[in-house]
Amino acid sequence: MKTIQKLLLGLGAGLLLIGCGNNSKSDSGAMASSNAEKVYIAPGEHDEFYAFMSGGYSGNLTVYGLPSGRMFKEIPVFSQFPTNGYGYSEETKAMLNTSYGFVPWGDSHHPDISQTNGKLDGRWIFINENNTPRIARISLETFETEEIIEIPNSAGNHASSYVTENTEYVVAGTRFAVPNPQKDMPIDEMKGEFKGPLTFIKVDPEHGHMEIDFQINMPGFNYDLSHPGRDKSHGWFFFTSYNTEEAHSMLEVNASQNDKDFIAAVNWMKIKEYVENGGGTEVAGTYAHNIYDESTMMATTEMKEGVTSVDPRDVPGAVYYMPVPKSPHGIDVNPTGEYIIGNGKLSTQLSVYSFAKIEEAIKNKDFDGDAYGIPILKFESVLEGVVDSGGLGPLHTEFDGKGYGYTSFFISSEVVKWEVGTWKVVDRQPSFYSVGHLTIPGGNSREPFGKYMFSMNKITKDRYLPTGPELEHSAQLYDISGDKMQLLLDFPTHGEPHYAAAIPADLIKSKSKKYYDLEENNHKYAAKNESEGRVERKGNEVHIYTTTVRSHFSPDNIEGVKVGDKVYFHVTNLEQDFDVPHGFAMIGANTSEILVMPGQTKTIIWEPKREGVWPFYCTDFCSALHQEMQGYVRVSAKNSDTKLRWSLDDEWKE
Amino acid sequence: MKTASITMIIGSALLLGLFLFPLWSITLEAPQYPSGIGMYINLDGLEGHEKHDIQNIDGLNHYIGMRKLPKQDEMWEFSVFPKVIGGMAILGILIGLLGLFKKVSYKWFLGWLVLMTVLGVMGIFDFNAWMTDYGTHLDPKAIMKMTDADGNPLSYKPPLFGSRDILNFTAHSYPAIGAILMGIGMFLTFIAYIIGLKKTN
Ligand SMILES: [Cu+2]
Repeated sequence: MKTIQKLLLGLGAGLLLIGCGNNSKSDSGAMASSNAEKVYIAPGEHDEFYAFMSGGYSGNLTVYGLPSGRMFKEIPVFSQFPTNGYGYSEETKAMLNTSYGFVPWGDSHHPDISQTNGKLDGRWIFINENNTPRIARISLETFETEEIIEIPNSAGNHASSYVTENTEYVVAGTRFAVPNPQKDMPIDEMKGEFKGPLTFIKVDPEHGHMEIDFQINMPGFNYDLSHPGRDKSHGWFFFTSYNTEEAHSMLEVNASQNDKDFIAAVNWMKIKEYVENGGGTEVAGTYAHNIYDESTMMATTEMKEGVTSVDPRDVPGAVYYMPVPKSPHGIDVNPTGEYIIGNGKLSTQLSVYSFAKIEEAIKNKDFDGDAYGIPILKFESVLEGVVDSGGLGPLHTEFDGKGYGYTSFFISSEVVKWEVGTWKVVDRQPSFYSVGHLTIPGGNSREPFGKYMFSMNKITKDRYLPTGPELEHSAQLYDISGDKMQLLLDFPTHGEPHYAAAIPADLIKSKSKKYYDLEENNHKYAAKNESEGRVERKGNEVHIYTTTVRSHFSPDNIEGVKVGDKVYFHVTNLEQDFDVPHGFAMIGANTSEILVMPGQTKTIIWEPKREGVWPFYCTDFCSALHQEMQGYVRVSAKNSDTKLRWSLDDEWKE
Repeated sequence: MKTASITMIIGSALLLGLFLFPLWSITLEAPQYPSGIGMYINLDGLEGHEKHDIQNIDGLNHYIGMRKLPKQDEMWEFSVFPKVIGGMAILGILIGLLGLFKKVSYKWFLGWLVLMTVLGVMGIFDFNAWMTDYGTHLDPKAIMKMTDADGNPLSYKPPLFGSRDILNFTAHSYPAIGAILMGIGMFLTFIAYIIGLKKTN
């Protein structure tokens, strides 16, 4: 009761503060304009940071600039994307293959940028898909998805896709405990039968290619979020779990019974060694591994079978449980790696664990029993301190590198700043509304760039002009360079900005690719100059090799196509200039249109249904004569003898 | 005579810089090309400032009916210029060496400079004539036909030296390192002549 009163008072005070701000606008005009100036990026100037926000249920990743809050791009990852034909073009369809077939949609959650020595290196960004468990790797040179790996034996891939400090591993955890291997069994007999595999995916240091190294077959709790150890605690990974009750129904009540749930502390170095020495057993598990080759511009799927499964009890000293107050959500590690912060989402307190104490407790075998054979470290022995926040619903914590932690509180809708070491709250700011994750550029690494923090809020309500019942979520940017957090900017985001990773622009922008070199285009169906434009028939397949430059296709007239043919347009963009894509759309095509970057080749299929002369055109306003960038395909009857021929400027070839 | 001859050798040898560095640079500026687009004129051909600038300039120029920029084997100049410059450099060095061994007088230095200047002026004339032709000899089927206030077809000739606005572009035409080295070299040969003159008197 008291807490609620406090909360109401707090809210009241918050409202008052906001009210004051508004009232005194006239005489604090200078203040207001200084906020505007802080986020103002003059025309033609560049932002200081890139922010990569997950699109949540959009399945994609969006790129924003900070401090302006301007959105630059949406990178398609787990969902088909009409804008550029991703997941529709013949080259990229394979990216969305899974062991369940073609899945054209995903639920993307936690982006994390690759690291070297615990510092952001700006090479790749990883992001997980929750629903059909997958992890994608996106190149930060091309801003294109280059690889997607499915996670077998898993369900609800939420504790993902965080990377270790040399990008040795990216992890996946199963949020929903499931039978492993899957089998037909009564749901109410889940207790002790369901499992929660944690997957460690090796990342090739040169090309970034991912490969499942091992799965730890954990007891069937719900593994929610994770965070790698850093520096001192490098070699460890921490996972929160809820529903240690192993309830299967009405979880909001039945999974909220235990006063404490668990954080799993995993010494992955130990398990890695164990597996390298032949440990673990090969178990079933079917998964798709999709790779996009930038040179051939083609994505391919390899279906794989079997993973190495490790029973944590077989590797003594590798896995421990640490008690954590009620239904924890986020787990975070500070930049020195010494402190591990567990956020019980139904408590008001944050539990801070000390890595030194964990090591000590393990050495002294300071256990409080075990869970399915996994030792439980004594809570009091590993607990370093408690942040008594006064807020409700702590979710996630990030660090500024200057000795402060920032925690989001979903229920009380605020961000709370506290001091590492004293565990005292030093500042709090309301968020609008219901903040989930928050991000500090590099906040997940040994070296945060603690100038800005942004919160990602689930509810937008009255913040912008209404757009009907469906609103985009929102983010709020705070200046955290001073003692007090200062709200600078409020901006809408696309999809659900579940979590974000941010990085100084300088680490990426000079390496960003501007066009594809035609000489390096090894696409099977590329036509690298206009003289290579042609049409070939193979049975009922017609392959049209066409090139684009401002402002024509070559060839632009094609005859001899018949009803019932399967027509492949292989479009090569001959431009070698930054930001000069050409589009391609064919009337009646059932796939999509495509957008072809300079130097790239993409293929789209059209199955003509009716006789006639049908136009195609460029969909990207490429030049003054963009409207003239068009052509015709003549479609004849199925058994007609119209000659196959093609032309540009009435020079017919066959 | 020793100082004069060495100066002559260095001066004429600086011409060889044209085999390493471009002679001239033409840059086009427009809002949609924030870092500019342009080409170097080398002794033996054209080269973009950036890898694909030549192709991109051709792409822009086709709207107004300009021809594609010549490849190395499409202009006799690109095979003759290296021979002329190489020949003059060797000749200059030879004259300098002969001067060093007192076989020729300093007057030969001036003779070389006069010959080089005549060749240089001829080169500039040729260059200007080519640019005039390139900038005015347009495809009659050009997509855009622009005319000046008097109704005459617009000339897209880049300036021989300096800057000029051409439609939405500003063209800058200036000597590049090779030409600057050549200029310094020619000046040195003149100094060589003056030193020779003073020493003899
Ligand atoms: Cu176009």
